[in-house]
Amino acid sequence: MFTLRRISLAVAVGRPCVNVTVRSVNGARLGNFTRGFSSTESEEESGKAQNDVYDIIISGGGMVGTAMACSLGFDPNLQSKKILLLEAGPKKEMDKAPEVYSTRVSSISPGSATLLSGLGAWDHIINLRCKSYQKMQVWDACSDALITFDKENLQDEMAYVVENDVIVAALTKQLQTLSEQVEVHYRTRVVKYTWPRPYQVSDSIPWVKVTLASGQTLHTKLLIGADGPNSMVRKEAGIPTVKWNYDQSAVVAVLHLSEPTENNVAWQRFLPKGPIAMLPLSDTESSLVWSTSHQHAEELLQMDEESFVDAINSAFWSNENQSDLIEAAGSLFRTALSVLMPNGTSTRQLPPSVAGIGPKSRVMFPLGMGHASEYIRHRVALIGDAAHRVHPLAGQGANLGFGDVACLTQVLSQAAFNGKDLGAMQHLLEYETERQRHNLPMMAAIDLMKRLYSTNAAPMVLLRTLGLQATNALPPLKEQIIAYASK
Amino acid sequence: MCSNALGQLACRLFTKARLQWPCARKQHRLLNPRLLVQNGRMVSHSTVDPAEVRKFQALASRWWDEQGEFGALHAMNELRVPFIRDNLLNVHSVQQMGRPLSGLRILDVGCGGGLLTEPLARLGADVLGIDPVQDSVRIAELHLSHDPALRGRVQYRACSLEELIEEEEEVKEGFHALLASEVMEHLADLNTFIDSCHHVLKPGGSLFITTINRTQLSYILGIIFAEQILRFVPRGTHDWEKFISPVELETLVESTGFSVQCIRGMLYNPVSGTWSWQQSTAVNYALHALKRMEDPQPHRVQTEGENVDEAAHAAGQ
Repeated sequence: MFTLRRISLAVAVGRPCVNVTVRSVNGARLGNFTRGFSSTESEEESGKAQNDVYDIIISGGGMVGTAMACSLGFDPNLQSKKILLLEAGPKKEMDKAPEVYSTRVSSISPGSATLLSGLGAWDHIINLRCKSYQKMQVWDACSDALITFDKENLQDEMAYVVENDVIVAALTKQLQTLSEQVEVHYRTRVVKYTWPRPYQVSDSIPWVKVTLASGQTLHTKLLIGADGPNSMVRKEAGIPTVKWNYDQSAVVAVLHLSEPTENNVAWQRFLPKGPIAMLPLSDTESSLVWSTSHQHAEELLQMDEESFVDAINSAFWSNENQSDLIEAAGSLFRTALSVLMPNGTSTRQLPPSVAGIGPKSRVMFPLGMGHASEYIRHRVALIGDAAHRVHPLAGQGANLGFGDVACLTQVLSQAAFNGKDLGAMQHLLEYETERQRHNLPMMAAIDLMKRLYSTNAAPMVLLRTLGLQATNALPPLKEQIIAYASK
Repeated sequence: MCSNALGQLACRLFTKARLQWPCARKQHRLLNPRLLVQNGRMVSHSTVDPAEVRKFQALASRWWDEQGEFGALHAMNELRVPFIRDNLLNVHSVQQMGRPLSGLRILDVGCGGGLLTEPLARLGADVLGIDPVQDSVRIAELHLSHDPALRGRVQYRACSLEELIEEEEEVKEGFHALLASEVMEHLADLNTFIDSCHHVLKPGGSLFITTINRTQLSYILGIIFAEQILRFVPRGTHDWEKFISPVELETLVESTGFSVQCIRGMLYNPVSGTWSWQQSTAVNYALHALKRMEDPQPHRVQTEGENVDEAAHAAGQ
């Protein structure tokens, strides 16, 4: 039909440059014609490059990167696209959940659960292992102020605690069913990214070049950086980040409770050195995330098991940090509130006591916050921790990442249906605007909370005591917070 | 055979034009010496204006800069690609997920750097892009050469629509759709052009036109603001005299054997750099017309051609 058909045949036998010339000759009949390629070498290079042009390459096959690959693979408008996932580590498969719980867990909001079930991964997660909680209690070590979050009745789940490995394994299983749509290269490390110019000026290759450790080079129209808080994609693209370290480390461990309970509450207490949180894993086990000073974290790690368990219990139960003044002011305020709004106060429940910890489960890592000032560049988009890293205190890290996945998929799907070049800035900007609008307030709130609770200075304690109680007394405000955090 | 047909076409056009367009300006254009018939064949068979060709030669290398001179055209894809896609999908059903337009042959007339050609090929269509400006076509081919996903589905030719028609093998099969986006305002002879569009489309095929209205507002916005004050369109791109109103265009298209399906107004916001659909067609507008099924092919057979002439006269009056 078209003479180009002949050309594509010739491409298949590996001489694409010749074809360009063939086409030129066709064109030459209609006017004086000169050809633009400057040297045979560049022709050769561009010819080779074309064999490995992907529409989308996702760098990083963690929770967010694998979810991105699945999400793109399932999208009907992206069916004809060439998609590749690159992961430096091995393929993570899991037929049944391992005996011991992993210390790396994520709190999965109902919104993220909806995304995962849309990808077909949620059933695998349920089959492997996860635990829901219906209620969250947050309280202060320096006063009796507390706030509880729960859905109207205790039927609905507030969130789920899932091990990161389980999420990755479930997504990997789904990704296998998409082998026609999405190529996956495990144990593949990227050593270099080369960026194209913003628009085509000569015969330079207009795609992002990805150089692998094996020496192989790939080209992609859009590179999605899902390579974590130390993102190489972000660094090589020169995208600046606003970041600071909190001078805190998190100590994580698997806790054995002293007796089986319903265990459907997430507990978090703000201590002067940082928040300590206990998330349910099963009826008898919970996951600990204790943010504290580096030095204290070191000490916690060195302790024998018995002292460590004592330290945890005392952190949740002790009243040593409370002052009479604040206590008096707080209880006065509480009384006033209960007169104004009889249903506005909650009674404090006590967390279950801890009897022991999982073998070798104690691990610490430094905490920080970071936010990329841009999530996108020409032909690049960042998702998950590569774009934003938050303090674990609100359990939002993974959820922000899954939110990115949902948003970027939607934007790319629409772009594909409009016949657009997937790497073009225009629709990527939509992604950036929408996500920053959601992520920034969340990050600011988490950071504020962290700062507000990192002190035991009386005015601050008083402020947060009153603030927390007032918030607790205003159901509409609480509902807003829950709705925002559930996305 | 071909030259005969074209000769007849040219003769028919003269009669039709006089009856249809009493306006002196138009007649003058039709009596352009380039269209004089010599030995039953046109000397030059192009509706392209050479001055327009020179304008675009100077700009050819800038086609793919989204922030550059052609930024507004890039942005227009937001409206015109869905407009073309949805109107085609009303007629043709999706055969392949992810490539809704697969199986359709589209002719993009005045393709320039391929700004509209590539998106439609990405949707699965086989697109032939033609443009009289050699340099633009070369840019389009270069841009295409880097994208293996489009290879085999796009072809470019540096020629006018009339030159393409001469090579009968290219057009004999007929196209499912013909696009003339932001082209009408650069042509020397609209009547011949629309006739040629009719010639290359399959019966029931879609004609898509986007262009600029000839109103005072379009003069102020299209020429004074866009070219002289804000300068997001290169100076001298447009000649207001050549703009055509939707009513004129509709009459012309209807009388050439099409039935107009819709005309929608468009407006560009230079601050946000985006286009939006408008009720008013006072500045830019898009038109979709279908080549009538029952219509005999006017250029092929003498007797049928005469019938159409009569129909055209009726429509013109």
